[in-house]
Amino acid sequence: MSAVPTPAAARTDVRTTTCYMCACRCGIRVHLVDGQVRYIEGNPEHPLNHGVICAKGSSGIMKQYSPARLTRPLMRKPGAERGAGEFEEVSWERAFEVLSERLAKIRATDPKKFALFTGRDQMQALTGLFARQFGTPNYAAHGGFCSVNMAAGMIYTIGGSFWEFGGPDLDRARLFFMIGTAEDHHSNPLKIAISKFKRRGGRFVSVNPVRTGYSAIADEWVPIKPGTDGAFLLAVLHELVGSGLYDREFLVRYTNAGQLVNVDEASDGFGLLVSEPGAEEPDPAYHTRCMWWDRHSNRPVPTHAEGADPYLFGEFRMPDGTRVKPAFQLLEERLRQYTPEWAAGITGIPAPTIRRLAQEMGITARDQRIELPIPWTDCWGREHESVTGNPVAFHAMRGLAAHSNGFQTIRALAILMTLLGTIDRPGGFRHKAPFPRAIPPAAKTPKGPEAVKPNTPLGGLALGWPASPEDLFIDEHGAPVRIDKAFSWEYPLAVHGLMHSAITNAWRGDPYRIDTLLIFMANMAWNSTMNTSEVRKMLNDRDENGEYRIPFLVVCDAFHSEMTAFADLVLPDTTYLERHDVMSMLDRPISEYDGPVDSVRVPVVPPTGDCKPFQEVLIELASRLKLPAFTRPDGSRKYRDYPDFIVNFETEPGSGIGFLAGWRGKGGEHFMKGEPNPRQWEMYEKNNCVFHYRLPPSYQYMRNWNKGYMEWAQRVRIRRYSDPVLIHVYSEVLARFRRAAEGRGSGRRPPEHLRGRIATYFDPLPFYYAPLEVQATDTRRYPLAAVTQRPMAMYHSWDSQNAWLRQIHTHNYLFVNPRAAALQGIADGDWIWVESQWGKVRCMCRYSEAVEEGTVWTWNAIGKAAGAWALAPDANESRLGFLLNHVITEELPAPAGGGTVSNSDPVTGQAGWYDVRVRIYKAAPDEPHETWPQFPPMRTFPGMAAARRLWQAYVAGGEAGR
Amino acid sequence: MHPAFSVIFLTTLIGAGQGLFLALATVELYGAFDLLPAADGRRFYAAGSAVVLALLALGLVASIFHLGRPERGWRAASRWRTSWLSREIIALPAFMGAVFLYGVVHWFGWQAPGVAVTQTLTLTPSIALAIVGSVLAFTLFVCTGMIYACIKFLQEWASPLTVINYILLGGASGFTLAAAFAAVAEPAQTGFLGAWALILTVLALVFRAASLVRNARLKPKSTLQTAIGVKHPRVVQKAQGFMGGSFNTREFFHGKPRELLRAVKWGFLAAAFAIPLVLLWIGVPRGSAGLLLAAFLVQYAGLLAERWFFFAQANHPQNLYYQAIA
Amino acid sequence: MTQLALVIDLNVCVGCHACVTSCKEWNTSGAAGYLSDDRPYDRDPTGTFFNRVQTFEVGEYPNTQTVHFPKSCLHCEDPPCVPVCPTGASYKRAEDGIVLVDYDKCIGCKYCSWACPYGVRELDAHQRVMKKCTLCVDRIYDRTLPAAERRPACVMACPTNARLFGDIHDPDSEVSAAIRERGGYQLMPEWGTHPANHYLPRRRTELAIRPEELQRADNPLKVDGKLPKPSAKEPSLDDVTSW
Ligand SMILES: Nc1nc2c(c(=O)[nH]1)N[C@H]1C(S)=C(S)[C@@H](COP(=O)(O)OP(=O)(O)OC[C@H]3O[C@@H](n4cnc5c(=O)[nH]c(N)nc54)[C@H](O)[C@@H]3O)O[C@H]1N2
Ligand SMILES: Nc1nc2c(c(=O)[nH]1)N[C@H]1C(S)=C(S)[C@@H](COP(=O)(O)OP(=O)(O)OC[C@H]3O[C@@H](n4cnc5c(=O)[nH]c(N)nc54)[C@H](O)[C@@H]3O)O[C@H]1N2
Ligand code: SF4
Ligand code: SF4
Ligand code: SF4
Ligand code: SF4
Ligand code: SF4
Ligand SMILES: [Mo]
Repeated sequence: MSAVPTPAAARTDVRTTTCYMCACRCGIRVHLVDGQVRYIEGNPEHPLNHGVICAKGSSGIMKQYSPARLTRPLMRKPGAERGAGEFEEVSWERAFEVLSERLAKIRATDPKKFALFTGRDQMQALTGLFARQFGTPNYAAHGGFCSVNMAAGMIYTIGGSFWEFGGPDLDRARLFFMIGTAEDHHSNPLKIAISKFKRRGGRFVSVNPVRTGYSAIADEWVPIKPGTDGAFLLAVLHELVGSGLYDREFLVRYTNAGQLVNVDEASDGFGLLVSEPGAEEPDPAYHTRCMWWDRHSNRPVPTHAEGADPYLFGEFRMPDGTRVKPAFQLLEERLRQYTPEWAAGITGIPAPTIRRLAQEMGITARDQRIELPIPWTDCWGREHESVTGNPVAFHAMRGLAAHSNGFQTIRALAILMTLLGTIDRPGGFRHKAPFPRAIPPAAKTPKGPEAVKPNTPLGGLALGWPASPEDLFIDEHGAPVRIDKAFSWEYPLAVHGLMHSAITNAWRGDPYRIDTLLIFMANMAWNSTMNTSEVRKMLNDRDENGEYRIPFLVVCDAFHSEMTAFADLVLPDTTYLERHDVMSMLDRPISEYDGPVDSVRVPVVPPTGDCKPFQEVLIELASRLKLPAFTRPDGSRKYRDYPDFIVNFETEPGSGIGFLAGWRGKGGEHFMKGEPNPRQWEMYEKNNCVFHYRLPPSYQYMRNWNKGYMEWAQRVRIRRYSDPVLIHVYSEVLARFRRAAEGRGSGRRPPEHLRGRIATYFDPLPFYYAPLEVQATDTRRYPLAAVTQRPMAMYHSWDSQNAWLRQIHTHNYLFVNPRAAALQGIADGDWIWVESQWGKVRCMCRYSEAVEEGTVWTWNAIGKAAGAWALAPDANESRLGFLLNHVITEELPAPAGGGTVSNSDPVTGQAGWYDVRVRIYKAAPDEPHETWPQFPPMRTFPGMAAARRLWQAYVAGGEAGR
Repeated sequence: MHPAFSVIFLTTLIGAGQGLFLALATVELYGAFDLLPAADGRRFYAAGSAVVLALLALGLVASIFHLGRPERGWRAASRWRTSWLSREIIALPAFMGAVFLYGVVHWFGWQAPGVAVTQTLTLTPSIALAIVGSVLAFTLFVCTGMIYACIKFLQEWASPLTVINYILLGGASGFTLAAAFAAVAEPAQTGFLGAWALILTVLALVFRAASLVRNARLKPKSTLQTAIGVKHPRVVQKAQGFMGGSFNTREFFHGKPRELLRAVKWGFLAAAFAIPLVLLWIGVPRGSAGLLLAAFLVQYAGLLAERWFFFAQANHPQNLYYQAIA
Repeated sequence: MTQLALVIDLNVCVGCHACVTSCKEWNTSGAAGYLSDDRPYDRDPTGTFFNRVQTFEVGEYPNTQTVHFPKSCLHCEDPPCVPVCPTGASYKRAEDGIVLVDYDKCIGCKYCSWACPYGVRELDAHQRVMKKCTLCVDRIYDRTLPAAERRPACVMACPTNARLFGDIHDPDSEVSAAIRERGGYQLMPEWGTHPANHYLPRRRTELAIRPEELQRADNPLKVDGKLPKPSAKEPSLDDVTSW
């Protein structure tokens, strides 16, 4: 640098858009010099990140100019083996011809033979629409292998969830529990919030087998054995209920804790909530007319009856003699067995610690009450002078979700938060629009195979929220309609599908074979698949006739991922800096606690080579296939391109509801609902690419039961009804499934071999069981739990192509507590084997005092297949890095009878990533110092940069290097 | 520290050059006091100076490999007020100039004008240059030594012993070379130079051993605790922030096993001191050019090892920050 | 006299590396010249960075602290790296205390890096000159930037605001207050380099529970008649004394 530094002459052009180095979706400002990206910084005016940016976001340049970019549509060379990565370039026209011809044929015969599964994308509203219009039930995004337990467990309980649907109000909380979270989707906002919280003197407790990242700055680290949080949470609940540290008023008015449950085994309604005699339900799908046992009059009354106050404990007899108990009584009975001493043995957390933590929660919630001078009216018409809150906040993610007992664990968490009175209240949990939803949300799949018809859109949504067995998507024998068996008796509440089962099921032809599998933005031949080595074989496997078992594989990716090698057709996508995108209210918007927010991406640089946004591909295909929503009555194409589609599409003709909520109406004068606005994109661009509507303060809290909010939500069509969403401490939905298994009622019945499974796991009250895989493991032989964590500076598999980020995580180690390593005579840095029942990997060991003694862990998805991502075949990622997925199974032996079940939560189908048990031992001295398994190096594809760079230096508007 | 061959060669070559010059100057001065037989101007002094210059020039060439931007090397002279490196960079060419003049004077036999200092002693140009050159040689030794000795947190180096050793090791190798040279060019001087070579080698051994003993007892002033400011007896690095290496992992680590370090230590003690002493002991009385040359070559090789060890043994506190990858 | 510096709050740093790559990004194509990467897509990739985030473990399980520790040039008030530089390329600015390298003068002799105990200088392998944190001197005085953005790139990026920037000689500055009030300290004080950058230590918030808080009269169990009350039959003073 010269003695007098020159101010950088770099701000030639600054464009605003939205980052997509991860799913957090921060606002960014991209500085361009001569049309080349020079600097990407956080947008200070963006409501999500307020100007900050993360390690990935700042490395976007290295993604944009990555040598792993795919730039041409590719087809497998005739005669070349699938997986060999031998491709030839084709034109887009040819790619469209091949694809539309094939898809048209499938659509005209059996639409379910086309399956569309999408990964870490943010456009499920469009991909879902395409699939539905096509008529296939075989559509899902990544939620099933990600965190559907978190969504389902909480939405079925409180009508909202963590993940992208709600979060902790750290601005006002005093005590914060973070359970099983390493990084999560709300990456920057969570960091901003935690640091402010800590600076204000808030107390931060982290429950996690590992102490890194966020947990590092926790005031207390509570190491826990993986898969046992249910036991911990239930013991906390035991303690809170036992000592009266719960918010009774909240439970009474806003939950079903006081509602009477039929406990009379002899009665028809056993297990259901007692209905108000003679009352009409406004919507038969929802049970809202229930009963309390009033303390004052000592008789049953409709809930929320004026002047009434229910007993939470006790047993009563209805006038007709039916035995009933308040739901809370049932919870209390359930909790009796779950003492801290019991939980200590399971979780490894000492009983006094559990007790103390419970007391900290209960006392902080009770004694540090927040009162905001905001008047509001509840749905029963009662006026409140203020909004109050109990400042104990929680956040949890995959540490709870990615276990096959996660659904019930997360129910326990939601109920704990409820008992503390922290739902949508200041200092506790807060919803983000469009949440809260009804319990369960109204969206439903079709109920049977007749909904799948040639040349016809699917008769319902591909994904939905069953309220009872009648909502399952099964045939008359109770067998699944979907390829992934979602919404069948095996995984009844698989609300996000089971993407992790799609390939295995299609390969096996169970429940049937398919023809074409289109994978968008998911690396299913590597890190998003369990049992990776075997799945790679399945992708290449042929049947007895020599046909590929999955006949046609289409992959849309922007980079040279492991998955692309298996494609018959590769569709090169643009990067996030090259395309239009919407973070839509119909999908998962970036809403804030104070109101709905959605946002867009706009191209800041032109597409590289011949790549094309997948959005455009879908619209083109939909137009060629003449899918009704994309076609005019005269058969001509309805939408010019994706931006045109976004502006003009309405959920129903004239509904005024589209993908974007901001600047609707002819001149942009409406929001949420309104006519298409031809200048909508421009208006977003002018406004930092975000639309943010701030609700009036009186609508910002207690939204489940807030009359003003509900009426507003109904007016802007966020909700159909404006009735309150009462929290399900007792889950009647689960009870309905259990009743079916017990042969009660007149509805659908589970097949014999699944009856026990349904009866056990569809418990309407939370309970603890060891994860299914643990139940099926000899834990003396495989004593250690093996889990992964996300590194903050890497996004799944896609950042190893990034020259800057890969210097931070070039390969990975298995972190082991020195005590556990010593048992095997393993030294720090040794080469070791990690072996489960299902497979093994060789890797290097690193000692760590920051991991629970019975747990080993590694960073997720650092290991790469040789040659992938345009890396040299001997790159550290493939020679020293490893993927834990090789020891994780996608299937478990079915408990009853032969066959298999997915290694998933029996309620939701959530992949049980973190249930695997392993043993570790030293590698033999003569074994190569290289990870195992290894795969033949992947080739570079046509259209990728051919020459290797010995060095490079990124400079404004160009590059230096050789 | 990572022993860089450029610096190892630079310091050993110029050290031997300086030593050799001091030997020539000593002979000349002893001669001036009639304590030694006169030596031949061309064969001994001029040729000797040429050897000195060759050594210095080779050293200079080696140093170029050390610089990222040798073409700007001239700039290095500008900070002589604060930087020992700058001073070295001034002292070295100054010394080379003196040596060159010294050689030229001897080659052409310019002994006038002489200035009588005492009755017996006349200050001829060559004697004057021998004195100036010697002063510059010592200055250069001090500069080179101080480059290392002045970095206070390189505790192995931050000692007067570093400067003393540079002088003694350079002197020993220079006098050994001088003895060998004399055996060929001026046999009458061999015994005198050989004796000094023996004395200097013994002295060098004593002081180098002293620094080895000192360094073995050093307690690092910086610890992980002071490095990151966390007071706890057990602090362990897990990740240094990058995995494929960086300037800081390449420049400051030798990356060799402890055993090699130990072997190199005994190796240089043998090669730089023990073996040359034996060879000198046998070779000097016999005036054997072969044995004396062998003594020099072995000693020089030993000094290369010594210099390698000098760097490798120095433990930079920055290394506390670069101990583990993960 | 002004001494600009970073004050890094280890109490909130989560080790996200945002400061690492935002620094690289800003500086590689800015006035600091490029920061090259060797073997960017091959084995052992390596490159020049001004700022690195390291991780340490303190203590033994289960009483372990994981400490994320960002480190860049500390802009020492008495910088040993400056006087040793033979060319004057390394210098400390009188006006604001920033220690800089003039790339046009540097001969790449590495001597300054030997003279820095903190391991924060890096010789760029391709520009072949010594580089280090410039405190973003090309941002912080840039009048074309809005005042709020005249801060180093890493400071702007840091999601936890763990990086404070300002004049530690101005007693009223945010950084001085933080050092004073939150125990700001310097690295390796034993060498007398007086680093301008300071670090703020971890702090721990605890919650004390007093027994009476568990036995309150407003216990909701009472409403439902569940608050355990001793039975009338249990012995009491009534049975043993009479007044
Ligand atoms: N062992 C283990 N395995 C896991 C997990 C775990 O915790 N442990 N986590 C699971 C979870 S939660 C998830 S979500 C999955 C994630 O796994 P994946 O969904 O497979 O995610 P990525 O590896 O990031 O890659 C998706 C693909 O998207 C491509 N891509 C990136 N940008 C674009 C783009 O703009 N357009 C297109 N078309 N493609 C693009 C990348 O090149 C990559 O091939 O992994 C799962 N796998
Ligand atoms: N930088 C970065 N950010 C990301 C991603 C990424 O790849 N990189 N991926 C995104 C995606 S797709 C997702 S799904 C989210 C996921 O975000 P997280 O939920 O934070 O994901 P994981 O890294 O899987 O973290 C799981 C944490 O749970 C802990 N854990 C494992 N088992 C248990 C258990 O039984 N109990 C408890 N209490 N803890 C347990 C692990 O130690 C780990 O800390 O992150 C998103 N954000
Ligand atoms: S958190 Fe995600 S969206 Fe935000 S800057 Fe980082 S990579 Fe981009
Ligand atoms: S930290 Fe090192 S480079 Fe920076 S001023 Fe101090 S001594 Fe110099
Ligand atoms: S490397 Fe450059 S800055 Fe450092 S001492 Fe040498 S000339 Fe000075
Ligand atoms: S102040 Fe600037 S140069 Fe220094 S570490 Fe931060 S971003 Fe890098
Ligand atoms: S950006 Fe901030 S939180 Fe992240 S590593 Fe750097 S200092 Fe720590
Ligand atoms: Mo995920």
